[in-house]
Amino acid sequence: MVLATHDPVTVPPTPYAAGMNEGAIVLQGVTKRFGDVRALDGLDLSVPPGTVYGLLGPNGAGKTTAVRVLTTLIRPDQGHARVLGLDVMERPEEVRSVIGLAGQYAAVDENLTGRENLRLIGILTHLPRPAVNPRAAELLERFELTEAADRPVRTYSGGMRRRLDLAAALVHRPPVLFLDEPTTGLDPHSRRELWRVIEELVGSGTTLLLTTQYLEEADRLADRIAVVDGGRVIAEGTAAELKARMASTTLELSFHDARTAADASELLRPLAGSPPLVEGTRVELSVDDGQRALIDALRDLDRAGLVLASVALREPSLDDVFLALTGRRTSGGGGDDPDGDRAQADRGRVPVGRKIG
Amino acid sequence: MTVTSTAVRPPTVVRVRRAVADARALTWRNLLTYVRLPQLVVFSTIQPIMFVLIFRYVFGGAIQPPPGQSYVNFLMPGIFVQSVAFGAVGTGIGLAEDMGKGLIERFRSLPMAQSSVLAGRTTADLARNVFVVFLMAVVGFLVGFRAGTGPLPFLAGVALLLLFGYALSWVFVLVGLGAANAETAQAVAFPTLFPLVFASSAFVPVESMPGWLQAFAANQPVSVTVDAVRALMLGGPTISPVLQSSAWTLGILAVFVPLAARRYRRAI
Repeated sequence: MVLATHDPVTVPPTPYAAGMNEGAIVLQGVTKRFGDVRALDGLDLSVPPGTVYGLLGPNGAGKTTAVRVLTTLIRPDQGHARVLGLDVMERPEEVRSVIGLAGQYAAVDENLTGRENLRLIGILTHLPRPAVNPRAAELLERFELTEAADRPVRTYSGGMRRRLDLAAALVHRPPVLFLDEPTTGLDPHSRRELWRVIEELVGSGTTLLLTTQYLEEADRLADRIAVVDGGRVIAEGTAAELKARMASTTLELSFHDARTAADASELLRPLAGSPPLVEGTRVELSVDDGQRALIDALRDLDRAGLVLASVALREPSLDDVFLALTGRRTSGGGGDDPDGDRAQADRGRVPVGRKIG
Repeated sequence: MTVTSTAVRPPTVVRVRRAVADARALTWRNLLTYVRLPQLVVFSTIQPIMFVLIFRYVFGGAIQPPPGQSYVNFLMPGIFVQSVAFGAVGTGIGLAEDMGKGLIERFRSLPMAQSSVLAGRTTADLARNVFVVFLMAVVGFLVGFRAGTGPLPFLAGVALLLLFGYALSWVFVLVGLGAANAETAQAVAFPTLFPLVFASSAFVPVESMPGWLQAFAANQPVSVTVDAVRALMLGGPTISPVLQSSAWTLGILAVFVPLAARRYRRAI
């Protein structure tokens, strides 16, 4: 008998085929009300197979509700939702067999060990019994939880729990994966670690829908991004397209005196899309290509003999994106920046603080 | 190449086998939680033993048992039923906790038999009750309890009260699924259970209560179950109380299993 190297778990045959002109994940005019609140207000979405799609929006935008509709947890009031061509309302059981969900809360049993959690999911998703233990061990290894595997989850750190939660979503090798705010509440180190894990994951042809409040996260992980507000998509495109359309990179310069700042703003005006903003000794320029503008600005200033105190590039945050798209700020104010880089840049005027995507 | 085959639901035999396997897996998981959490072990073992000892030695002397019976023999059938009735609250608390932690949400997104979440919870609590009743029987024996009717009627009594406890678990499935958290589930539970358990024949003869209370106390489900278990373990007419208790058990199951299943499908 020939043993396959993979567990003999196959995706159930579905009417969906890669050649069809339908996204792996589709929402069409989906609405959902909770009492007076319109959580989804005609949401349309199509995620091409094998890609990573980011749903970006503030708290209450409807991101989680969209994920819950797609993962069969709630029924939409109107509209259609399909995963791999399977209607979530008509064929919820089959939808569940092709999806994995990792939620905002680490939905793992904290009284069980990491290994027991994964074994339980393996049994519940009907892996062949001999495959259950190897699959759990393989995932523990891949998510660097082998050492903690036999400790109760209540002893895990926040980052470890999220990794285990993600591993639990992958046990039955679902071709479509939903990650609902996978890094919310994590410290910057754990967040980067989880990003790395997710990046490794998506190489393998998995279709991934990711919700996030962090532009940086969507930018780093997603092929395409939909900005969601009030239960609708208000902008859609690649990260670069969105940033170009909605909010540009800000080049922040500061000088030792206001006079120099005024001169510099005159000098650098051609670099910016709109007139530079001058505030005392500070000058802010909205630019499309941050790195190019930085080089040009430094060269021009040097030639003109204007001495800089500090310079920084600030990538647009979700807050900036929202301001550009809707004219209002997100309720969280500046709190969208995932790990305080922006705050640090503002405070310390760190020279060229950011790598621009 | 076009793929047009449609997904096929597995045959019924496979589905039933999977549902049983899923329920067993979740039963195991729920029992493991009892073992892992010391406070739950205390709640489900020390507390029933304390009840036995307190009623045997503190209140027992002041309570007049029916003629010809020792109080400890009168007490034990009642305290068995009391412990499974209070144990049913644990079913609701466990489910409310699982909901709060997002575990139910995960289960609902998995390609598993959804019936197994409630089946696994109630079965685990039934297994816990088997253990608790065994423990209390041992402690009861040590403090003088002697069932006079023989092993088979004794086991029949145990089976009857375990089934009654199982039915009550389903009432608290409904409570647990509707509660915002474990504390709420608990808060709903005790005001409903206390009158049923204490205004019953479990600890005192109903005849010692005021007349207006007797009508309720003599006929409510806890009392008829206690009376049936008492008859099976100590002797006396069994048919009427056993039938009444079984009718309550089946009636509760018939009402609350469908209600709980419906509530689960709409939970979250």
